[in-house]
Amino acid sequence: MPEKHAETAHRLHLMVCAGTACVSNHSFDVKEALEKEIRKHGLEDEILVVATGCNGFCERGPLLVVQPGNIFYQQLSVKDIPHLVEEHFLKGRPVSRLMYTPPEEKKPVPVLSDIDFFKKQVLIALRNRGLIDPEKIEESIARDGYKAMAKALTDMTPAQIIKEITLSGLRGRGGAGFPTGLKWDMVRNAASTNGGGKYLICNGDEGDPGAFMDRSILEADPHSVIEGMVIGAKAVGATEGVVYVRNEYPLAVKRLQRALSQAREFGLVGEDILGTKFSFDIKIHRGAGAFVCGEETALIASIEGRLGEPRPRPPYPAQSGLYGRPTLINNVETWANVPMIIDRGAKWFSSIGTETSKGTKVFSLVGKINNTGLVEVPMGISLREIIYDIGGGIPGGKAFKAVQTGGPSGGCIPAEKIDLPIDYESLTQAGSMMGSGGMVVMDEDTCMVDVARYFLSFTKDESCGKCTPCRDGTKIMLDILTRICAGQGTEADLELLESLAPSIKDSALCGLGKTAPNPVLTTLRYFRSEYETHIRDKKCPAHVCRELNTYTIDEKICLEVGRGCDVCRRNCASDAIRGEKNTAHSINQEKCIKCGVCLDICKFHAVKVE
Amino acid sequence: MPKLTLEELAKVREQARKRTHLREGGEVRAKVTVHMGTCGIAAGARTIMSALLSVIESRDVRDVQVTNSGCAGLCSREPMITVELAGEAPVKYVDLNPDKMKKIFAEHVLGGKIVAEYALGIGSEKTDFPKE
Repeated sequence: MPEKHAETAHRLHLMVCAGTACVSNHSFDVKEALEKEIRKHGLEDEILVVATGCNGFCERGPLLVVQPGNIFYQQLSVKDIPHLVEEHFLKGRPVSRLMYTPPEEKKPVPVLSDIDFFKKQVLIALRNRGLIDPEKIEESIARDGYKAMAKALTDMTPAQIIKEITLSGLRGRGGAGFPTGLKWDMVRNAASTNGGGKYLICNGDEGDPGAFMDRSILEADPHSVIEGMVIGAKAVGATEGVVYVRNEYPLAVKRLQRALSQAREFGLVGEDILGTKFSFDIKIHRGAGAFVCGEETALIASIEGRLGEPRPRPPYPAQSGLYGRPTLINNVETWANVPMIIDRGAKWFSSIGTETSKGTKVFSLVGKINNTGLVEVPMGISLREIIYDIGGGIPGGKAFKAVQTGGPSGGCIPAEKIDLPIDYESLTQAGSMMGSGGMVVMDEDTCMVDVARYFLSFTKDESCGKCTPCRDGTKIMLDILTRICAGQGTEADLELLESLAPSIKDSALCGLGKTAPNPVLTTLRYFRSEYETHIRDKKCPAHVCRELNTYTIDEKICLEVGRGCDVCRRNCASDAIRGEKNTAHSINQEKCIKCGVCLDICKFHAVKVE
Repeated sequence: MPKLTLEELAKVREQARKRTHLREGGEVRAKVTVHMGTCGIAAGARTIMSALLSVIESRDVRDVQVTNSGCAGLCSREPMITVELAGEAPVKYVDLNPDKMKKIFAEHVLGGKIVAEYALGIGSEKTDFPKE
């Protein structure tokens, strides 16, 4: 046994969030302070401090959940700890000032399950988040880790496993939503080539801006992924597996390494697993961070040590993948779902979700939203529920404008579609896609042309350059969008975008190029008038495109309210502001470089932008 | 660590569950508060707490919440505990020792019958005053 635990049970377990977001907010310092204070009061035999993976409510980190009782503490700092330990853990009086108070309410909500952010979530892939120390395999085992694997290895034939996965309706969580059971069946039926076995790959090359689903699963519960892979290996007859994970995810890599070595020590991966004669081992391959390596053929090339570039399909990896052998490749979240389906059955899993999309989906909810974080929701939930009930709405009372789903490959869904139920089909019909689960919320201050330009600049940079439609097409689209944002766009530009985008979609080699036009197409579809205002009126309605802005000073407010405070003039980098203290100020438009500093700095709201 | 067999995996699971079941939430049958102000600790509250935790562990009880609090105000009768069964009024016990603690646990916490000979009284002081 790797570690011996204390003989007596603890009466309290303090679950400190140690996901990347909380860690970067110094949650390890908080953990250390807790341990120190607990020792100081002689409570170390009674109170256990546990570092868990991401709890999900990243906006409020560092987080601490006290069990039993499910008491939720948030935004902790080291200086809060002595008081917290003395009051709550020594004297038994929970500290309400460290609890979460919803915006516009006065009373804190002490219990995690009463907080709106958590209420509507259904955890399958994230079933162990916040409940286990991901670096201790026993804690995963206590939560039924490797139970489904044991069942699959002893009581099920490969055909039965695949049937269960097929009946569950599970679809790939990495982006395209291909039926998982069908893919497994293809690999199972593929003839072994080169006289060798088959490979299994876990795709953890998460690259969408603002997305952190895979990272959080690997950090919070690496064993769920390992277990899913062993089940998959038995189903398709694979003997070796690779987890491809970005090197920019050091915590995920470390926890996965540790999990693998513990699983190997326990005989849960490697030779003769659980004495069943079935052998399967897993290696970790760290990717260097190219977005295109999330595409399966590029990922395989990268593992083989070649340039991470996609190749035409067919042959699909199921026939000829890693080193030319049949290869089963699924995303991190897909693998994490597998043990639950085997354990609880296809019927249970398919009872959650919609007709075509079963189970749950993990989303990283970011952007202009009150409750930034990681959420897992049943398929079919509406955007409104995600944004308002779970996400707590838009900060500062601003209006919700759009949400970008599916990252740079996805599209913008406008506010009028807020009651759209989320599943693979409805998102595709709306012009976007499920993607891997990024959800970027935008408010009224967002310029949709600028958003399209941002995503195109990302895909242009990440295009591997192998095929012309993607290499040149993204560049041309980006140039056009940049022109429009600078007020130099023409009507012909819109026509060109409209004809170029579908032809790139049709002709690009891989998923990156095929989906890169989506942000342009959806913003054109839903926000065409914004493009037209940029082109015809040379104005940016959201005042984001600076070159189209005109800054002026309301002389009345400047003089009567601000008494000509002169702060703007002193901070103007281009000497464009005239005036002195106690006089009204004004801006010389010829000198103004439209940096917007005066607007940001004026306390009296005398500076206006149009 | 020798490699696990199926049976050993189940055993590891059982063992590990005993240490982590507190996190699972669920209904709590009773809450036991050990009063651990300076007076309580000086009178031996720590041994009461240890006895309570060890009886919970040895009987593998999973739905009793243990907490502590400061001085209950009756320093001369420490160590004291308060037992609250779900839905019932709290009962205070005084002048405890580990054996009495174990008896209260068996008869009151698990059995539902108040151990009258050690009890001080039922109910608590009023703390919820209306705000001005």
